[in-house]
Amino acid sequence: MQQAKPDGITPSQTVGPYFAYGLTPNGKYDWNDAFNNNLVTPDTSGERIRIEGQVFDGDGAVVPDCMLEIWQADAQGRFSDPQDKRALTNTSFKGFGRIGTDAKGGYTFDTIKPGLVADPDGKPQAPHMVLAVFARGMLLHNYSRIYFDGEAANATDPVLALVPADRRSTLIATRQPGSGNAVYRFDIHLQGDKETVFFDV
Amino acid sequence: MTLVYPVQSLAAHPPRLSPAYKSTVKRSPSKPLIPMRHTLSELTGPVYGHETVRENDHDLTVHGKGEPIGERIIVHGHVLDEDGRGIPNALVELWQANSCGRYVHVVDQHPAPLDPNFTGAGRTQSDAQGYYRFITIKPGAYPWGNHHNAWRPAHIHFSVFGHSFVSRLVTQMYFPGDPLFPFDPIFNSVTDEKARNRMISAFDMENTKPDWALCYRFNIVLRGQSATPMENS
Repeated sequence: MQQAKPDGITPSQTVGPYFAYGLTPNGKYDWNDAFNNNLVTPDTSGERIRIEGQVFDGDGAVVPDCMLEIWQADAQGRFSDPQDKRALTNTSFKGFGRIGTDAKGGYTFDTIKPGLVADPDGKPQAPHMVLAVFARGMLLHNYSRIYFDGEAANATDPVLALVPADRRSTLIATRQPGSGNAVYRFDIHLQGDKETVFFDV
Repeated sequence: MTLVYPVQSLAAHPPRLSPAYKSTVKRSPSKPLIPMRHTLSELTGPVYGHETVRENDHDLTVHGKGEPIGERIIVHGHVLDEDGRGIPNALVELWQANSCGRYVHVVDQHPAPLDPNFTGAGRTQSDAQGYYRFITIKPGAYPWGNHHNAWRPAHIHFSVFGHSFVSRLVTQMYFPGDPLFPFDPIFNSVTDEKARNRMISAFDMENTKPDWALCYRFNIVLRGQSATPMENS
């Protein structure tokens, strides 16, 4: 069905301070979660990882009312979306996660290390996930990417190459010491000297 | 059908730094955003199973033991792309204050009553034509701390997923003729008047249900155009 051509998109507005009971209830409110921060199902293949971090504002204060969403490929670099023609039907790995930050601005995602995804020229991109950051005080969400340190492919990633060298580290999650499943730290700075790189997409 | 997502479409959005809305001052980027080409990561997006949306999730008036207090309303419309095509199976989530202007959220301390029969959260999925419909209670205006005597116009928060991660939208739906429009820095953060007006629902007499509920129409237009221009454009 086609309607009259709209005169433009619907503008964004802030998610505000009160989204938790609708979007990230997480047992605290009487509403079920459409999504959560654990993307792994028992039959998901790939390296189990945890990503954890905190969100900070321009004063370095933690942001306790932030919502983060990630979207990523599976371990073979395929997206759980029919628009990705290589996607497996009925795969249980959906590749999408959401969480609201806690009182200390903290968050975690349990997921798998994504595989390589080609860029429009067919050149491989380093393993990454895309990130959307929403909060009170943000009229429009920010787009960023999470890469992983220790990946040789980072050196030739076409998107990282667009970023000034002295800011690239803001996009690379750092492996934390310890045994067991890999834990990566990825802090998000909304503004200032340590500001996370955000993309105009 | 291949969709493209021109960056020019983003001009409708408010600037991230909008000082009249004070919380943007420390939460907006101070460095330039980095332009990049869209890759498969940006051009795909999550797909939902029917298990995500339950039978009565779209009717916020039946989530309690009894009926909520306030004016029952129908809010419906289409989720569309920039060419006016309906977006099927789009997940539409909403949350809102109750009829007194009070949110269930623990941080909201506005001295207005909570309604035991109304939480204010709902979700639905658009049908094959992109059509969606909610039944809810008209939210009240409420005060906030941005400046002296600051009040938010009545609004319903919407969260919508389209065809890709870059068509993701969180917005607010307003009601026609609200006297608070000129005073609200969030509504007015959208500087283009035509774009601002796209956030205001239209009163819909045709679909108002006799002896039951007023109806408002709110079309939601997400990013995404045909890769080749349409013949009539």
